[in-house]
Amino acid sequence: MTETRIDRRFKACADAGRPALVTFITAGDPDLETSQAVLNALPEAGADVIELGMPFSDPMAEGIPIQLGNQRALAAGHTMDKTLQMVRRFREQDNDTPIILMGYYNPIYVRDPEKFVKIARDAGVDGFIIVDIPAEADDELCIPALEAGLNFIRLATPTTDDKRLPAVLANTSGFVYYVSVTGITGANIADTGQVTQAVNRIKSHTDLPVAVGFGVKTADQAAVIGKDADGVVVGSVLVNAIRDSLDEAGKATRQDRQCGFGRCPGSGFRLRKSPFELNRVV
Amino acid sequence: MNDMANSIRTGPDDRGHFGIFGGRYVAETLMPLILDLEQQYENAKNDPAFHAEIETLNTHYTGRPSPLYFAERLTEELGGAKIYFKRDELNHTGSHKINNCLGQILLAKRMGKTRIIAETGAGQHGVATATVCARFGLPCVVYMGATDVERQKPNVFRMKLLGAEIVPVTAGAGTLKDAMNEALRDWVTNVEDTYYLIGTAAGPHPYPEMVRDFQSVIGKELREQMMEAEGRLPDALVAAVGGGSNAIGLFHPFLDDADVRIYGVEAGGRGLSGEEHCASLTAGKPGVLHGNRTYLLQDDDGQIFEGHSISAGLDYPGIGPEHSWLKEIGRVEYVPVMDDEALDAFQMLTRVEGIIPALEPAHALAHVVKLAPQMDKDQILVMNLCGRGDKDVFAVGQMLGFDI
Repeated sequence: MTETRIDRRFKACADAGRPALVTFITAGDPDLETSQAVLNALPEAGADVIELGMPFSDPMAEGIPIQLGNQRALAAGHTMDKTLQMVRRFREQDNDTPIILMGYYNPIYVRDPEKFVKIARDAGVDGFIIVDIPAEADDELCIPALEAGLNFIRLATPTTDDKRLPAVLANTSGFVYYVSVTGITGANIADTGQVTQAVNRIKSHTDLPVAVGFGVKTADQAAVIGKDADGVVVGSVLVNAIRDSLDEAGKATRQDRQCGFGRCPGSGFRLRKSPFELNRVV
Repeated sequence: MNDMANSIRTGPDDRGHFGIFGGRYVAETLMPLILDLEQQYENAKNDPAFHAEIETLNTHYTGRPSPLYFAERLTEELGGAKIYFKRDELNHTGSHKINNCLGQILLAKRMGKTRIIAETGAGQHGVATATVCARFGLPCVVYMGATDVERQKPNVFRMKLLGAEIVPVTAGAGTLKDAMNEALRDWVTNVEDTYYLIGTAAGPHPYPEMVRDFQSVIGKELREQMMEAEGRLPDALVAAVGGGSNAIGLFHPFLDDADVRIYGVEAGGRGLSGEEHCASLTAGKPGVLHGNRTYLLQDDDGQIFEGHSISAGLDYPGIGPEHSWLKEIGRVEYVPVMDDEALDAFQMLTRVEGIIPALEPAHALAHVVKLAPQMDKDQILVMNLCGRGDKDVFAVGQMLGFDI
């Protein structure tokens, strides 16, 4: 397949000698207007790649922070059409930062996967991360996505052994998402050394960039993991920052909370600007 | 029996599909485990010692075979087909759930797992799981929606007595769907040592097949018992479907017997026009949730409804994938029964036959009340009386205005 936005962005980060910062937010959290403002501000705040969560009623792989983000978005009336609309609006200002739709299969399945991948591509989406479609079901969404010129990023996990890894990598493109723990998003990484080992194990099987996520909470952790990984994914911490910016009415007006992630000095992991200043931007 | 080529009893295929339904839609973390489970179950199926152990436990621990009972007074009252009950409510722990739990815990032991987790709605599966965990000395964690914890207190206490840890789940409406999400989160976190003992014939392959196989003891016994009692097969089978484990256990051995009409009864809740029901097959559409493709109650955007039923055990917006397929090919007829009809049937059986049923089979009974009078007196109808009503006495008391 031809070079995609995702390929170009990882290459640019590698050329600059640093890992990519991959950020996750839930589309429509806490409401459409705020979420659009956060999305639009992410590149300026340091995001190299954006994962945009598609809210789902049953987010089985998520810890409490992202579960709540999903609930806030759905309670505010968010839909898949609005998620795609957010991407279109983002593309009016930014034609370089990749956007990956992340979530669960059912909201795509009910829309007919073959049609949906084309609509998403035309809206400016670059790829998909779908938690509950294993490689065994590649024919359903992964192959149609690849045929539409989009990347399909597969998760590899601590339980994906060397025997299984080739099957998982077979149709993966863009990058490989290594899940740092057996667990849910927002879990704690017990041992960054094991994560590094796993990243190098995956790299021995593929030339694709490897990004690490699930449980990266601090800039220090990101710096350690980013020495070997090509990207670091930050999700729950960002979603919590959005939560902490909400007043009693659920509006993002509070400015008194700060998160330390982006302010860790000397970590070697460069965040050009704290994503948490977004709350003040909004 | 038909030959294999024409049989509809041979599913699922090697990817776990019944037609387009079923499959394995789980996170990558769980995939290696699911594939291992499939292999281990294949091995166990072909091991006579495994079957012998289940049979011994069925006989001496559960109390199988469960009786086939001719409900003479109810038959007279309804004035149509002869009505028989397959009395799985007399099993140890009070429902059909124990059939599946014994099979799966033996499998968990074979796999060397040291911790058991389960989800429960009405608490019947939770009690059965806690029971087999006590029997085999394994720690047990049961996820239960906070709403269900409240309305099924007797079963919550039973599970605690049996040594299980109960985790109330407050996400969503706090019912079975949310409990299953939380159990999946536990499983993906503790994948190395933990066995997820799913209570219904749903979830990723091989669960729907495995649970069906363990529950099929119901239908197999019925065939023999009916031949002995009447010298022929029944004309109609009726069972309640939530996830559908008791129903598939009753139906499966009869699927190739074209003359046997089969009815699955869904919870119609407060009526099918709104969202307050659990009739996934009657009012839902295909989707993917909890590891399988099946009929789901959902909106146009693919968001899953919470569902509602008077019966916690039927309070699930999905259904086992084999039922979805049996609906599509037209082999089984699925019909809804409303809350108030189930409540009437509950009281009727209590007064006419001296049997207090659980609210789940009370739904099946409400359909029997409609169906039997339309059948001839020389026809035979069998209903699976899959659970007893002790757990529901307090809740029903409240609904009927008694202060217990």
